[in-house]
Amino acid sequence: MFQVRIHGRGGQGVVTAAELLSVAAFLEGAHAQAFPSFGSERMGAPVVSFCRIDNKEIRRREPILNPDALIIQDPTLLRSVDVLSGLKPDGFLLINTSKDSTALGLADLVATLPPDHYAELPATELALRFVGRPVPNAPLIAGFAAMTGKISLESVEAAIHEKFPGKIGDANVQAVRSAYQTIRERCASRA
Amino acid sequence: MLKQMEGSRAVAEAVGLCRPEVICAYPISPQTHIVEGLSELVKEGRIDNCEFINVESEFAALSVAIGSSAAGARSYTATASQGLLYMAEAVYNASGLGLPIVMTIGNRALGAPINIWNDHSDAMSMRDSGWIQLFAESNQEAVDLHIQAFRLAEEISCPVMVNMDGFILTHAYERIDMPRQEQVDAFLPPFEPIQMLDPARPVSIGAMVGPEVYAEVRYLAHYKHLQALERIPVIAEEFQARFGRASGGLIRPYRTEGAELIVLALGSVNGAIKDVVDQMRADGHKVGSITVCSFRPFPLDALRQLLQGVRRIVVVEKNLSLGIGGILANNVRMSLRGLEQPVFTVIAGLGGRPITMHGLQECFTKALAGTLEELHFLDLDWEIIRRELHHARSERRSGPVAENMLKLRLQGRSDV
Repeated sequence: MFQVRIHGRGGQGVVTAAELLSVAAFLEGAHAQAFPSFGSERMGAPVVSFCRIDNKEIRRREPILNPDALIIQDPTLLRSVDVLSGLKPDGFLLINTSKDSTALGLADLVATLPPDHYAELPATELALRFVGRPVPNAPLIAGFAAMTGKISLESVEAAIHEKFPGKIGDANVQAVRSAYQTIRERCASRA
Repeated sequence: MLKQMEGSRAVAEAVGLCRPEVICAYPISPQTHIVEGLSELVKEGRIDNCEFINVESEFAALSVAIGSSAAGARSYTATASQGLLYMAEAVYNASGLGLPIVMTIGNRALGAPINIWNDHSDAMSMRDSGWIQLFAESNQEAVDLHIQAFRLAEEISCPVMVNMDGFILTHAYERIDMPRQEQVDAFLPPFEPIQMLDPARPVSIGAMVGPEVYAEVRYLAHYKHLQALERIPVIAEEFQARFGRASGGLIRPYRTEGAELIVLALGSVNGAIKDVVDQMRADGHKVGSITVCSFRPFPLDALRQLLQGVRRIVVVEKNLSLGIGGILANNVRMSLRGLEQPVFTVIAGLGGRPITMHGLQECFTKALAGTLEELHFLDLDWEIIRRELHHARSERRSGPVAENMLKLRLQGRSDV
């Protein structure tokens, strides 16, 4: 089982991100379960969502305490919430930022992760450029796909088209292609 | 057809496939996306001959369903939490009148204190209402139970409540095998009421009944539940034959062969319990579990057969009957009457507290070792309870408990 936890703020599409991830995995024939942390959702408040992916039925429904991958949609959460808690030693960490890990104060943690298990992606900028709205969820899912190889770019695009038919979907697909490319190139340049 | 979808949306589509004729709902909190999804389906013309009635309260929602069901229309509504309490008088009337309404409860806690999260307090508040109460373990089962619920309700003319854990199921996206319309049509015949308000053949429904036959009318309502005990497994078997998967039934045992410990529960927590059973079996412990799908009627005999001779029995439940303990556990004890087997209660998940596999496994390990208390509260913060009890003893006007506990909890965090 592969477990993903997504942190962000109300209005950033955190819940939709987990949903898109689960749909993409489903389209590849996997079992996937996505759910939000439950609460009275408000714009700007910290929000968490979860996604489990497996090749068999997923029966457990507890919040994910030890994720295989963490997606941080808002780096300002690093200061206020223990978003990194429980990340597995060989886990993946993807952050929506244009800063580097040292500027975020994460250099020590990143040093403990395997190579190419950490990535920064300016997802909000990509979303603004292609979609015109600061909703970083779709580019981050593409970044996740590029970094982990757990799902393909094609499945991410199909999930986006299913959720957002029409122009918004097309614009998001442009953003996810760019995001995917960015992360692939970074991994390739380090190799 | 396989789809990846949210539980609420899946149930809305499944209810739509059952061809309801009247759907009435109060769309304001506490409510799920189910009726929102159904209102869209009705508006898009995807449910033939169906009227969606937006009402002003939950009491009105079920009252409208009572009226439409009495007029011979297949009727559906959904609610949760305080909404079900506000409906309470109509809940008893629907079953007392024997009207085969189907209602979804997206199970949630009850106030006070105000809490919007999952537990089974709402359903348990209506356990004696005369409704059949089924509990879904997954969203797939929630979908399947609704199709079975209409069939069962109309066969015996008794309302059915399909319970699915609020948020944990209603808001979860997972894989659903959505039945096809022809499959549902073949399984669920058109509604043929046993009583109907029909100007061509006038009757009254809802007579006042004095002491001369009230008890007999009540007995006949109980008799319907005895019938349901027989019909629920038959309907589940037919469902499996037609749809190719096991859903519903009275109870579903999991790895109970040779078990020294059997764990029982209602609803979605059974998934985590099964995962723990697998882990403990892999470590050589003889552990199994039973999903109780039908809570009313309660399958006393079916449980007795499986539990007889089992050394340890643990009931995990998301409710607390103040002054006595767990409601499901007490029902399980009833199934073991005359036998000397202790039944341990684990109260868990109240007000949306996550039930972790780690916590469950600790309890089951203690139960095997004989060190679990008869009434155990999973992950209870005894420290803040002690502090509040001390505070209450030291000061007459100690103030509102909920507010005090929130403060203590915050202080506890800042102490760390």
